[in-house]
Amino acid sequence: MRNYILKRLLVIIPTLLGISIIIFLIMRLIPGDTISAMIGTSAKLTEAQSESLHAYFGLDRPLPEQYIRWLGAALRGDLGFSVRSGTPVLQEILNRFPLTFEMTILAMIFALILGIPIGILSAVKRDSLFDLFGRFLALVGMALPNFWMGTLIIYVLSVYFQVLPNSGDYTDFMVNPITNLKQLFFPALTLGFAFSAAVMRTTRSSLLDEFHKDYAQTARAKGRNERQVILLHCLRNTLIPIITLVGFQMGYLFGGAVIIEEVFSMPGMGRLLLNAISQRDYALVQGTIVFIAFIFVLINLLTDLAYAVVNPRIRYE
Amino acid sequence: MPWLILASAMNNLFRKTPLGRLFRHRSGTFGLVLVLLYLIIAVFAGILAPYSPIDQHPKDRLQPPSSAYVLGTDEFGRDILSRLMFGASNSLKVSLVSVAISGLLGTVIGTVAGFYGGWVDNVFMRFMDLIFAFPAILLALAISAALGPGLNNTIIAISIVYMPIFSRVARGSVLQIKELEYIEATRALGSSHSRLILRHILPNSFTPTIVQISLALSWAMLTEASLSFLGLGTIPPDPSWGSMLSEARIMMELAPWMAIAPGIAIMLGILGFNLLGDGLRDILDPHLRSMVN
Repeated sequence: MRNYILKRLLVIIPTLLGISIIIFLIMRLIPGDTISAMIGTSAKLTEAQSESLHAYFGLDRPLPEQYIRWLGAALRGDLGFSVRSGTPVLQEILNRFPLTFEMTILAMIFALILGIPIGILSAVKRDSLFDLFGRFLALVGMALPNFWMGTLIIYVLSVYFQVLPNSGDYTDFMVNPITNLKQLFFPALTLGFAFSAAVMRTTRSSLLDEFHKDYAQTARAKGRNERQVILLHCLRNTLIPIITLVGFQMGYLFGGAVIIEEVFSMPGMGRLLLNAISQRDYALVQGTIVFIAFIFVLINLLTDLAYAVVNPRIRYE
Repeated sequence: MPWLILASAMNNLFRKTPLGRLFRHRSGTFGLVLVLLYLIIAVFAGILAPYSPIDQHPKDRLQPPSSAYVLGTDEFGRDILSRLMFGASNSLKVSLVSVAISGLLGTVIGTVAGFYGGWVDNVFMRFMDLIFAFPAILLALAISAALGPGLNNTIIAISIVYMPIFSRVARGSVLQIKELEYIEATRALGSSHSRLILRHILPNSFTPTIVQISLALSWAMLTEASLSFLGLGTIPPDPSWGSMLSEARIMMELAPWMAIAPGIAIMLGILGFNLLGDGLRDILDPHLRSMVN
């Protein structure tokens, strides 16, 4: 197991380097001059001003040198400064990260609470009316764009229940957990709904698969009733594909949070990124995307490790 | 029932072909019908739409659905039905072109990597892994942010994001096929590498790619709508389902109908491609079917 962990840790180093290079290059794709793009087309700079700004941001250096300088600073925790607010990029990110992270975790919990029981019941009552309903819900869930669902939720809440969703200040979980959870309930539900459809489908298909395996038949032959076969035997094995799904989807939920935060006007990392894009704050855009991608890679690593713990076959391969 | 007669005629006509098997697959057929409907509306938007999608009718601002405007009008008095139809056209353009580019490049990369193996495989596939290491929407967002909004840039962003999926699928198939005896035999007969790949390997490894194309079209459609919703896709006043929803958000309390139609359109489009993809997978790839069911 230790060798497996070491191997996986070594593999993520080139991945992280590669990710940083890709983002660095994408940010250099910006058409025209980065400085004029940042300042805006209306601003006229003298040649001397433009040159000194280029030198200040290191943009007069060759591309590989620019990258190495950026990487060196990034490794020391310095992702540069936001051009608009003047604060360090990392500080901006760390201020916004907890809200996005909490919403992603809550969305995941919603998805599991909704998806697993419906998936189990669908499998147990295969081809019944409930199964049909479960499968229909899964299909709709996977096709429903979350930004549309969020928009409809806000409309229904504000028009029919006179409840305006929170916009702006969010209470910290540590300060007041109840208010915090109330504020995050609908955004997290919206984010997690599509994922609950995937959980539902995976639970159903893998449980149906386990029903017919030899060990389940043996348990039945030993006199276990169907409920015991499912709860004591099949369900544990069904968890393996669900863990994989959870790990891989966690990163995608993080990506999806960008849109949900925009819909619900939440001051998380997604909103930070979108504002940075619209304000052409490229250091902030670059830093935020690298940060989210790193989190994504770390979550994938943790999933692989969790998977290896649950399924011993993996680590001996 | 003309529908049943037509279905049975189609079934007889294509009985022994994969299309015939698709017609016997209920949800797959439903998906195909949705996709065809979407294609017809997108292609013939110019003929079917009652108004121009960008013409403003200031006197008819925010009109609810009526006989003159079947789905109502928006805050500029533009006909929502017409914008929806032309939006289908834009959404189709982006989805088809980006999936064609990512499918083509991804398949070429995956095939070459799988066929040659060794360092070629390592270099190509590690690069694909890197692209795959990003949440898709985030990478698309980064590329769109760097290139700026617009139809062509959205296509570039989506093409890059979905390339690794096609390369993985193609590589997997090629790895399986290249070990088969008929490939050995063709090789022994002196076939060149390019002939081996183009005539013998690619045609036989194409099945999983077909399934992937249908699923990728649904993701591309959702990604385009998401980018446009965030203001990084289609540029207004050109209609896009995503930007229509974004505009509708602001007017939601006054004109809820503005948000209903584009949302349903996106959902049905994605549902159609998903069901068609599932159906194709079931009839073309029995191994996967047994894994899923």
